[in-house]
Amino acid sequence: MIPAPFDYVRPGTVDEAVRALSEAGEDAKILAGGQSLIPVLRLRLAAPSVLIDLGGIPELRRIRDDGDRIAIGAMAPHDDVLRDELVHEHVGLLAKATATVADNQTRHRGTLGGSLAHADPAGDLGGVALALEAEFVIAGPGGTRTVPADEFFVDYFTTALGEDEILTEVRFPKYTGWGSHYEKFNRTAQSWSMVGIAAAVRTEGGTIAEARVGLSNMGTTPLRARGVEEALVGQPATADAVRAAAQRVTEGTAAPSDADAAADYREHLARVLTGRAVLAAAS
Amino acid sequence: MTTTAESTTPELGRSRARKEDARLLTGRTRWTDTIALPGTLHLSVVRSPVAHARITGIDTEEARRLPGVLGVYTVRDLAAEGVSLPCSWSITPDQKTPHHPPLAVDTVRFAGEGVAVVIARDAATARDASELVVPDFEDLPPVLDMEAALAQDATLVHPDFGTNASAHWVFDSEEAGTGESADRLIAAAESDSDSVVIRRRYRQQRLIPAFMEPRSVLVDPTGEQYVIWTSTQVPHFVRIFMALMTGIPEHKLRVIAPDVGGGFGGKLQVTPEEVLCTLAARKLGRPVKWTETRSESMLSGHHGRDQVQHVTLAAKRDGTVTALKVEILADMGAYLVLVGPAIPILGAYLYNSIYKFDAYRLECTNVFTSKTPTDAYRGAGRPEATFAIERTMDELAAELGRDPMDVRRQNWITHEEFPFTTVAGLHYDSGNYEAATAKAVELFDYDGLRREQQQRRDAGDPVQLGIGISTFTEMCGLAPSRWFGEQGYVAGGWERASIRMLPTGKVEVVTGASAHGQGHETAWSQIVADQLGVAFDDVEVLHGDTQIAHKGLDTYGSRSLVVGGIAVVNAAKKVIAKARTVAAHLLEASEDDLEFSGGRFTVRGTDKGMAIGELAFAALQAHNYPEGVEPSLDSSATFDPDAFSYPHGTHLAAMEVDTETGRATLRRYVCVDDVGNAVNPLLVEGQVHGGLAQGIAQALFEEANYDEQGTLVNGTFVDYTLPSAADLPSFTTDRTETPSTTNPLGVKGVGEAGTIASTPAIVNGIIDAVRHLGVTEIEMPCTPQRVWRAIQEAQGRTTQETPIDTHSPGAGLGSIDPNNPQEEEVQ
Amino acid sequence: MAQVRVTVDGVEYVDDVEPRTLLVYYLRERLGKVGTVVGCDTSNCGACTVHLDGRSVKSCAVLAVQVDGCEVTTIEGLARDGELHPVQKAFHECHALQCGFCTPGMILQAIDLLGDNSDPDEQEVREGIEGNLCRCTGYQNIVRAVQSAAQAMKPGAAARVEAPVTVAGD
Repeated sequence: MIPAPFDYVRPGTVDEAVRALSEAGEDAKILAGGQSLIPVLRLRLAAPSVLIDLGGIPELRRIRDDGDRIAIGAMAPHDDVLRDELVHEHVGLLAKATATVADNQTRHRGTLGGSLAHADPAGDLGGVALALEAEFVIAGPGGTRTVPADEFFVDYFTTALGEDEILTEVRFPKYTGWGSHYEKFNRTAQSWSMVGIAAAVRTEGGTIAEARVGLSNMGTTPLRARGVEEALVGQPATADAVRAAAQRVTEGTAAPSDADAAADYREHLARVLTGRAVLAAAS
Repeated sequence: MTTTAESTTPELGRSRARKEDARLLTGRTRWTDTIALPGTLHLSVVRSPVAHARITGIDTEEARRLPGVLGVYTVRDLAAEGVSLPCSWSITPDQKTPHHPPLAVDTVRFAGEGVAVVIARDAATARDASELVVPDFEDLPPVLDMEAALAQDATLVHPDFGTNASAHWVFDSEEAGTGESADRLIAAAESDSDSVVIRRRYRQQRLIPAFMEPRSVLVDPTGEQYVIWTSTQVPHFVRIFMALMTGIPEHKLRVIAPDVGGGFGGKLQVTPEEVLCTLAARKLGRPVKWTETRSESMLSGHHGRDQVQHVTLAAKRDGTVTALKVEILADMGAYLVLVGPAIPILGAYLYNSIYKFDAYRLECTNVFTSKTPTDAYRGAGRPEATFAIERTMDELAAELGRDPMDVRRQNWITHEEFPFTTVAGLHYDSGNYEAATAKAVELFDYDGLRREQQQRRDAGDPVQLGIGISTFTEMCGLAPSRWFGEQGYVAGGWERASIRMLPTGKVEVVTGASAHGQGHETAWSQIVADQLGVAFDDVEVLHGDTQIAHKGLDTYGSRSLVVGGIAVVNAAKKVIAKARTVAAHLLEASEDDLEFSGGRFTVRGTDKGMAIGELAFAALQAHNYPEGVEPSLDSSATFDPDAFSYPHGTHLAAMEVDTETGRATLRRYVCVDDVGNAVNPLLVEGQVHGGLAQGIAQALFEEANYDEQGTLVNGTFVDYTLPSAADLPSFTTDRTETPSTTNPLGVKGVGEAGTIASTPAIVNGIIDAVRHLGVTEIEMPCTPQRVWRAIQEAQGRTTQETPIDTHSPGAGLGSIDPNNPQEEEVQ
Repeated sequence: MAQVRVTVDGVEYVDDVEPRTLLVYYLRERLGKVGTVVGCDTSNCGACTVHLDGRSVKSCAVLAVQVDGCEVTTIEGLARDGELHPVQKAFHECHALQCGFCTPGMILQAIDLLGDNSDPDEQEVREGIEGNLCRCTGYQNIVRAVQSAAQAMKPGAAARVEAPVTVAGD
């Protein structure tokens, strides 16, 4: 199928991109990797007047060590993220979750920033960003601002990004030495998560000292399971203790119901999979 | 001139890589959409988004004004209100067959039905313009549930019929004289403490064939004949019906099925778009092309399965089955399409399968609903039958506390009993269920897995193991023409082949079968190489063009080899007979003294001889030819089978069920199929693999879901959940060979076997894994949620109803619901 | 219209294209590279897979304007001097294709996979091609073919591919 017609702009710098976005008005869309957007255009579920392609801005692809953080350009393709040594060493959970995004070809084109700004609650990376307390760097006509993850995701496909703003970088604190696991539950390998559990834990001598748990597809935004995190702290990394803590995973969620999973089943899955994810992260 | 090389190794039974691969591997394939003619116009179909409505108006003005648009037509503009797409099968004399125009006239009857077409200079413009066509609808209530559709006050899909029932078909072994009365034996069993009666209801969910190549049609009206390239399994059917529908004389039509990218029954159809492109091309005098999008294909191409089966089985407590009764409701969708009404009937003679039952009765009611029409999908009726009996044999074993394989052994036809006439009146020529089963059981390590299953049960392992069995047979090689006639099908079941002996010793084989991935070019070459003693590479196989293969009945129902392949053998025998006369003349010998071997006639007891290629050259010259004999070795044969082909096999699946999440995973799959002699074991194995994947996908993954408005809610590749490589294991496939006795090659059909057999093996395996928890039935597809809920309910925990008809955010384009789009920010 | 300069299968092209033109339609309709096919409209089936600057992408999820300055390799650019690529050969010898519609994309993806992992095990192959749907083969012979090609492509291996198929009764 063929998209409806649109104009195309390919700025060479972030400033040019911001300017182009302001000029284009509200019917414009940012084109990052395009792996969600282009299928939507093909099905004619969206018909923007202009696409602003960030693919011509090389610095947006960079992954760098930023002191106590790893800073990842919004246009870094998933494939770069999951192979990056800095990411592996300091943000292992992100690498593991990214490896489950879509398929190989899609990971070559799709980007971290595009995926997060798309803000699909069923996406695999929002829960990771929330759990790991990432920071979102946003450029707009007034300059640059930084938004913490827990303020970035607002609603279904809605983020803190203004209509004239562009996500340029995502900064993850270093979780060096933490264990991590992403537990994705889907119908087939190509499907989106019915439920996804992102878990990172720091253990001290068999006891969980700190824990982070993020959730995919358990509400209208990606979510963080703070109740589970609290309950895990100080517990031994044993099956019984972890499963008990995992029972709190549904606190504050609003699990959707669809053909693959009604809300009660999703909640059940979240409890089971949280236990598994945390145990795998701790092992 | 080159003489034909003598072949020394027999080709039959040889695993040859395919000759058709060369073009497919390098991207030089001729798909219909690849064919481009100067001046080609593009057609786009405006489809109804609603399932059932009166059309009160269609505003085409804005679309017409778009630059590059040549026309926007309703069915009236094309004068096609009176055209009816073909249904070629009346399963009963009083079958209600609705008028089926290529575009809706006043009423739309399923979401996806066309209401107008746009013709434009290119595909993008056609698509843009079709968005501007605005039909006005007055909604009518959709008819969605078959049981409700048959109620007294139901909304009618075709009000003129006064009912939503299209036909009611009955087989009764007492009436047919092939057995006793099932009703009587079941009633007797009910009042007999030494008998059991098992009752089950099974749902065969609606499936989408999902061939990989989207359908495409190109019609060129500019020559002496209309040339129609179409992505079809049945070019000969398209030609005949196009002539009947459009009034274009048959001899002015040429239909070409170029390379066709899969069909699985989904391209066994004469489509509205083939007619629409032809009518538009006639109207505009220019070539017109239509290529569907995938979502268009999912919505409007015919679907498969969609039956509800009520099964009653009576048995003695010693395990001997006495009677089987089956009542089917089959969803036809909104219209009867090419062979749609007969799909359940193609399985109706097989519910008794490999077993010896005393009595059998089947009743089938075909029902109209406001959904996409249904028709053939790989297996077509036989998977449904096999599922019902194989699931029920497991239920009988469970009821009796017996091993399910033992119960099967007790009831099946033993190899000494062939040929065997079944309670459904079929004559099985050959088979050896014991041999296939013994081999499968050993390869599978049946006893070892049973031990592991017990250990896991004893240990309360969260992941339980189940063993699923499917011992199946099927009837294929459709079909003896006489049988088709008795069943109400308009066509015959023969197939035709011609062999052209070229003067340089090469051979052209023309077949009426129309391949779309099966490998006919390779298999037919092997057959001809053996028959004529020519080299495999010296044979060219031509097909799929009514100008070349002017007669043929195409490819479906696992018929190509067992019908079309035998026609090739018979044509070759005629070539040899002609050549023998010429050879005798030239070698100055009596025909009786000639031996034909390795492509050469020799005079017995001498070294005098001639190769068949030399005789072909002699026919070209005809300088020295026997008196009164026509100078040609070319020969044709039309073969009408007098029997079906009955492949069989034993399939075993080891299923692991995660009782915490409900996920069922296929750990090991072993099948031993008996398809008689294999012409090319490599191709046989490939057919089995693909068939297994589709049958397993019915059990685990696929279902076309409709919502309460009658909208298909998972009509894209993102939410229909076709399995990828990562969702399937490798299969262990093996064969036993019990040659068919009803054809000279001893072959049986193989195209559908894997699909027919595998679905119940998977479901039986899942239920076997959780039966000890109290589960006795799980609807297909056995999704994690369904398995989990079945366990919860069996354990007495109530859970929320499974919503099967809701829209599906979370699948598909992530949380974007293509049927209910909302504003979203997408980067 | 926007201008795009792109090298496809070793030949450079400069064209004006509508921004909405997908790379796959540009390849098929403007360049006649009809070996690359369209199997779906949601970027699931992978039939349209090509290499873009050496990595596999689904050419239905890339705009032609986005490949300005890039190199594209399609199924038509794999054979060298009439000699098939080892993955093409392995697909033939292992009977890894039936209707052949998914084959171009499958082969391009397999080559990408082998570039990353020269000796993948079965599961790695299955996951590596999970973005490519096939309806005919049940994937089994495709997996065999990829593993067979991996052996053939090892440094020092003879250029030919052995068929690893085991066939009942053979």
